[in-house]
Amino acid sequence: MNRLLVIITSSLVSWSVFAIDTGRAFDDDELQARYQSIISEVRCVQCQNQTIKDSNVQIASDLRREIRRLIGEGKSDGEVYDFLVQRYGEFVLYRPPMRGITLFLWLAPGAFLLVGAFIAIRVVRKRMSMPLEIDDEADQVAN
Amino acid sequence: MARYLAPLIVFAVLVGVFIKGLDPERDLKKLPSPFLGKDAPEFDLPNVKNINERVSSNDYAGEIALVNFWATWCVGCRQEHAFLMELSRETEIPIYGIDWRDRLEPAINWLAQLGDPYVASGFDADSTTGINWGVYGAPETFLIGKNGRVLYKHLGPLNRDTWEAKFMPLIIAEQGTAQ
Repeated sequence: MNRLLVIITSSLVSWSVFAIDTGRAFDDDELQARYQSIISEVRCVQCQNQTIKDSNVQIASDLRREIRRLIGEGKSDGEVYDFLVQRYGEFVLYRPPMRGITLFLWLAPGAFLLVGAFIAIRVVRKRMSMPLEIDDEADQVAN
Repeated sequence: MARYLAPLIVFAVLVGVFIKGLDPERDLKKLPSPFLGKDAPEFDLPNVKNINERVSSNDYAGEIALVNFWATWCVGCRQEHAFLMELSRETEIPIYGIDWRDRLEPAINWLAQLGDPYVASGFDADSTTGINWGVYGAPETFLIGKNGRVLYKHLGPLNRDTWEAKFMPLIIAEQGTAQ
């Protein structure tokens, strides 16, 4: 029973308490919210499947520092993202903008769906216009 | 005939696209530099060997130059150091170093013990310059053209093979152009 209790209580530990930036970056709630949202949208270039919010490698903390500085200087979110993309490429954005090669990735599924639907409709229409006797003949052959 | 061939062609093209995208040879750690073909970022830093002096990107204005990000904690930099020494003896192209996120004293010792292939090294302790150059792992070497554009960026230790295969053709082409 005691052991079960230990397991249950330890599962309730909030690991976010041990997050990388323990202190707040800004006293102002709005700036802090913007900072939080930007750092969770930027990929860590060295540890590529983490955001710079979740990574504690040096480069991530350097980038967080630069983002803090830019927000502190009154830069807009767009300007902060531009700063990062200019230096590290669009690869750093977890949600790259819809243009160039990414446009293909965004639109291809819809395009494939449309092409598929078009072909399906054509096949169904064609079958509908076929005389029914053919099916009977086919049945007879099969029998 | 076309109705059977068309889906097959579409399928083949898709397979081609995916094989290219998933190329097992590709190195996920190597990102293309967004500065390729564009103006190289500038820098203006204290000189490692004499902290009261400055080293800046103006020092190589109008020249073909190499900018090499290094650090004493960086294993790859130790690997490439001997080659940089050879390079500094056999080529006219100036090599500028940027001592990236390092401490001064080990950096000075490094240059004293292993030799100094650089015209000068800037001291970038807090990586402000590193970030401006999009650096994310030393060593990184930029080839700068006469007009200040980035001609090439190499990630990882430099060696003779890379130098001859990647840098030399670009340098020869660049030397042929007027400034």
